Amino acid sequence: MAAQSATASRSGLRSALPLLAPAYIWLTVAIFLPLSAMVFFSFMTDLPLSGKPWAFTLGNYAAFFSQSLYLTLLLASLRLGLEVTLWCIVIGYPAAYVLAKVLKGRSREAIFLLVILPFWSNGLVRIFSWAMVLREGGILDTALNAVLPFKINIDLMYSYPAVIIGLVHSYVPYMVLTCYLTLQAIDDSLIEAGRSLGATRLQVLKRVIIPLSMPGLVAGAALIFVPVVGSFMEPRILGGRTGTFYGTVIEDQFVAVFNWPLGAALSFILLAVVLVILAIASPVLRRAA
Amino acid sequence: MRMPRLTALLTATAVFTTALTLAANAAEVHVLNWKGYGADEPWAVAAFEKATGNKVVNDFFNSEQEMLTKIRTNPGLYDVVMINAAFNDQAMAEKLIQPIDTSKLPNYADISKDKAGSPMLDHEGKVYGVPWVWGLTALAINEKSFDKAPTSIAEMWDPKHKGRVVIRDDAVEAVQFGAIATGQNINDIKDMDAVKTKLTSLMPQIKTFWSSENDWNQMVASNQIDIGTYWSGSADRAKTHFKLPVSLVIPQEGAVAWLDAFSIPVGSKNVEGAQAFINWMIDPKFYVEWVTKVGAPVSANTKAVAALPQDAFNRKVMGDPEVAKRIQFQAPITDAQREAYLALWQQLKVDVK
Repeated sequence: MAAQSATASRSGLRSALPLLAPAYIWLTVAIFLPLSAMVFFSFMTDLPLSGKPWAFTLGNYAAFFSQSLYLTLLLASLRLGLEVTLWCIVIGYPAAYVLAKVLKGRSREAIFLLVILPFWSNGLVRIFSWAMVLREGGILDTALNAVLPFKINIDLMYSYPAVIIGLVHSYVPYMVLTCYLTLQAIDDSLIEAGRSLGATRLQVLKRVIIPLSMPGLVAGAALIFVPVVGSFMEPRILGGRTGTFYGTVIEDQFVAVFNWPLGAALSFILLAVVLVILAIASPVLRRAA
Repeated sequence: MRMPRLTALLTATAVFTTALTLAANAAEVHVLNWKGYGADEPWAVAAFEKATGNKVVNDFFNSEQEMLTKIRTNPGLYDVVMINAAFNDQAMAEKLIQPIDTSKLPNYADISKDKAGSPMLDHEGKVYGVPWVWGLTALAINEKSFDKAPTSIAEMWDPKHKGRVVIRDDAVEAVQFGAIATGQNINDIKDMDAVKTKLTSLMPQIKTFWSSENDWNQMVASNQIDIGTYWSGSADRAKTHFKLPVSLVIPQEGAVAWLDAFSIPVGSKNVEGAQAFINWMIDPKFYVEWVTKVGAPVSANTKAVAALPQDAFNRKVMGDPEVAKRIQFQAPITDAQREAYLALWQQLKVDVK
């Protein structure tokens, strides 16, 4: 019996191999190799590409701990990640619910298209269009002043809220899509059963819908939190004076001062911190899911 | 963002190496320069190719460190490289560039004596860099916000411009700007604490840190800023080419000046073509066309500047002897200084958050 199942699984693996190979080769070439090169760089005094003599060092990692500014920026970036994730839940979850349970047919397709639309435009284009909307004398300022009887002055550009707005706009589709998938899978009869047994709408939401859609919420939150913590483009363009974050400092090391070893070390510290956060959160999240 | 850059770099290196072995062609001139900085103007390249029979192959860098890395790792690939005079010393010491026989460059004789004789470019009687253009990092104002142009750098600290001041996101430039504001020599900053205090008090005034010419021009076009640090050539371009209400102010306290020069890397396969190209770049004819069509910094060639109209900014303002007295040319900076400047600048940016 055991031998039989072993052969079965082996032949299963053999037949699966051609299907798996492209993905694994791609992962090895496109992710694993460059990433290991970066690990290697992060322990060097200078890039081997630079033609100067180089040696192995822990100095790049020590730099993080020797200056308080990196820790300050890392905390600021983590806070940014949490806030953006929270706003994405607040905005994305209700939208996903309506898409999954209320709308049907054509109207669902139309709304879905609107949700996906940001994915079709280039990230830089999105940010620069926000810049036109948010600045003083920009579209939002002019439009509100045209409608309102009193004069208000809206200049959100180059501020922390501008960064949040830009990032939430970029990432909210992830939350809508992941939540939509889990919400759609909830059997309507469970909701009807809850209602018929006397639960209020709020109780159904709290005790049936949210627990059952938790995997989608968690997946969406992780998909958003991780890239936002390392984001640099939105803070740099929309944040102005307040736009210095951990991601922008890493970008500086790569682009402006050409110190790849330090940039790589800072990136891996970020990766480690994010993994630790996800590891600590995982038992809680698993129970919730 | 990072991974594609690495792969792109590796692929680019591989492609260049194969290109090099396939076409060890003497009629090609490989030029390394900033993008959009004169040497890659299509009309200029076409005219040069037609006149000399050499084919120009342009390559670009995004920072001086990247430029040095590219010549270190591709010996024999480049024939001409544009190096800021402050980096010439380092390139020579690492034996990356070779002495230039200036007798092969007819236009070299017209280069102003103080530039051609610069100790940053000439070492032991040999010329390692041919001065090309120079310019200033000074202030520029939004004309709509001023009845009369200010004369002092202190205008940046004036509370009435709060939130309408910009400064470039560059550690070296920021620190040297602070040195000028505190009355110090930019190449020998004695009192770093004074610079830090001065810049700390500037931070609350700032709207954003600009990084490209386009940032600056857009903010003026939408009337979001009053004043900020800017490059002389860019201010000229903003005014003449983009018709923006921008004018350059060279404050009485002084301004930072820089000098860009062309060098020939060690191992160049087409030294003759390189000489011809450098000569073309310092020619008055090319310069006048560059200024008129695009806008440019000030040529180091006195005849080229003299060929501009009387009232041209690069002739009238930049050629003013009064201005020459106030400006300080950037000298080489050590890696240790650069790191210290960067640490200071990052700290300032974090403190203001």
